[in-house]
Amino acid sequence: MREMTYKEAINLAMREEMRRDPDVFLMGEDVGIYGGAFGVSVGLIEEFGEERVRDTPISEAIITGAAAGAAVTGMRPIVEIMFMDFTTLAMDALVNQAAKMRYMFGGKAKVPMTLRCAGGSGTGAAAQHSQSLEAWFCHIPGLKVVVPGTPKDAKGLLKAAIRDDNPVVFVEQKTLYKEKGMVPEEDDFIIPLGVGEIKKEGKDVTVVSYGRMLPRVLKVAEELEREGISVEVVDPRTLVPLDKEIIINSVIKTGRAVLVNEACKTGGYLGEIASVIVESEAFDYLDAPIVRLAGLDVPIPYNPELEKAVVPSEEQIRAGILKVLNR
Amino acid sequence: MNTISKEILREMYKRMNEARAFEEKVSYFFARGMVHGTTHLSIGQEASAIAACMALNDDDLMTSTHRGHSQVIGKGIDLNKMVAELLGKYTGYCKGKGGSMHIADVEVGNLGANGVVGGGHGIAVGAALTQKMKNTGKIVLCFFGDGAANEGSFHEALNLASVWKLPVIFYCENNQYGMSVPIDKTMNIENVADRASAYGIPGYIIDGNNAIEVYTKMKEIAKYVRGGNGPVLVESKTYRWLGHSKSDAQVYRTKEEVETWKKKCPIQQLRKYIIENNVMDARELDEIENNARKAIEDAVIFANNSPNPPIESVTEDVYA
Ligand SMILES: Cc1ncc(C[n+]2csc(CCOP(=O)(O)OP(=O)(O)O)c2C)c(N)n1
Ligand SMILES: [Mg+2]
Repeated sequence: MREMTYKEAINLAMREEMRRDPDVFLMGEDVGIYGGAFGVSVGLIEEFGEERVRDTPISEAIITGAAAGAAVTGMRPIVEIMFMDFTTLAMDALVNQAAKMRYMFGGKAKVPMTLRCAGGSGTGAAAQHSQSLEAWFCHIPGLKVVVPGTPKDAKGLLKAAIRDDNPVVFVEQKTLYKEKGMVPEEDDFIIPLGVGEIKKEGKDVTVVSYGRMLPRVLKVAEELEREGISVEVVDPRTLVPLDKEIIINSVIKTGRAVLVNEACKTGGYLGEIASVIVESEAFDYLDAPIVRLAGLDVPIPYNPELEKAVVPSEEQIRAGILKVLNR
Repeated sequence: MNTISKEILREMYKRMNEARAFEEKVSYFFARGMVHGTTHLSIGQEASAIAACMALNDDDLMTSTHRGHSQVIGKGIDLNKMVAELLGKYTGYCKGKGGSMHIADVEVGNLGANGVVGGGHGIAVGAALTQKMKNTGKIVLCFFGDGAANEGSFHEALNLASVWKLPVIFYCENNQYGMSVPIDKTMNIENVADRASAYGIPGYIIDGNNAIEVYTKMKEIAKYVRGGNGPVLVESKTYRWLGHSKSDAQVYRTKEEVETWKKKCPIQQLRKYIIENNVMDARELDEIENNARKAIEDAVIFANNSPNPPIESVTEDVYA
């Protein structure tokens, strides 16, 4: 174990996988000498050279399309799309091509590609550089979707994503890049896709959250703990496939559920998680309506105070937890 | 021999100095962490942007880019509202919701800076379609970078505008890099303008650091486009002096290269031209420069005295 940042953990995961498997390579805008817009690929071009760390033209559609094409013919590409917002330009490649090939071709094709992108607000980058679009990808059969919330998860999940034989959308969180945590250094440390984690055990209420909101939720949970309220924090880590069991079991235990994410509420993934709960046996254990805390249904504004007001705050998370407890 | 009026030259010199002073101020703000977010400065590209805008009519339209400060100042803008927007104030062009990357003034035909590389291509084509369908006689100036010329939207836009003969000038500010990547690593041709022939439209290359050349050529080009002959592709060769955005160590280029381009300073070149052609003397030009700096200082005071957007405004203008 070594303490490192979220971004170093992602860098290390790519490095290890590229050392292990010559078919793994990285392509994207400014991933070479610049080291990626957020510095995630720093040092990779020095170790692996221009052939395997490929600076591309500003052409998201072809980069992603080419990843699908390379993947289906035996390579294992990692694509970096600088901001999640620009996956919009890569949607045909991802949604109509990569996601469909294996099934549509009768199971004969495999598309082992990983698309990494940086999501979320909080950096003052305004409406076109701040979105959390994970629900879009979750809606597409054929795409796996990962949103790591800690450095350790980032490393273990990215390695799993790269080794996966199917397209994976790996959503990094800009505001977590500099967060530190202990990360296993072993080469074979992998976190399987589809396995959630209880980030904090508790018995009074379940909070399901992921990504950027996770540290916020944990902080509130610790505070409430000191006030005698026992909060269980469940991090699904991968949205697709979703570890339904870990969520359902936790809600059966606590009887109350609060769901927190940054993305806009309407059509967001929290609605899916809520449905998973109410469609399961956990429904009978619910002592209060489920509370969803999500981003406002607005584009992300530039002004820092407005920007903050768009996503759930610690106060709102606290209030949401108290509400589901009827306090 | 000089053929451009003193009024135009004065205004051009003024706007170029305002743009420079504005961006120096922005750079200062960012260096001290006084502004949120990021910014893309166009110091060194003032002639390319401003002289091009000025060659068009005031009521023509334009789309701008992430590196758009000079472009919007070229179009003619209220500096107070611009600085206020940068500082996220309610009095800013976008009521503090857009910031540096999204300055827009739709009422005067500035259809907005764009955070998405290549995002303006479609908007420009559509705006040109409106002008054609409504027979307004107006044309559209579509700014974009060399890097943006590799987005699919560039190719689709040029093709459609060409077959529909739309009044749009695709104006590529080739500053040699898209972020860290030099143009020779992203396209296998010498000039972006070479692509024009693939769409059956004229392509022009101009010296973007020479305001006089930009203005004169763009006057002719605008006339051609206004004449219903369809779009053109113009490549303005220029260079950005500073990093791509606020955080850029610039490891991808040499100090010597930057210094060489600084010697081709667009403002100094215009100054020299104006003096050599006896249009204005050094004193007059100094005064314009000082006034430009003062205008920015005044705009900063205006912005600082402006209110922040009320928190309730976060849901203003939301309709779905
Ligand atoms: C679709 C999209 N991809 C990537 C980016 C990130 N990005 C912002 S500016 C830029 C470089 C643009 O280069 P160019 O078009 O030459 O304009 P310049 O910055 O040189 O003015 C990049 C890659 C973006 N904003 N939008
Ligand atoms: Mg450029």
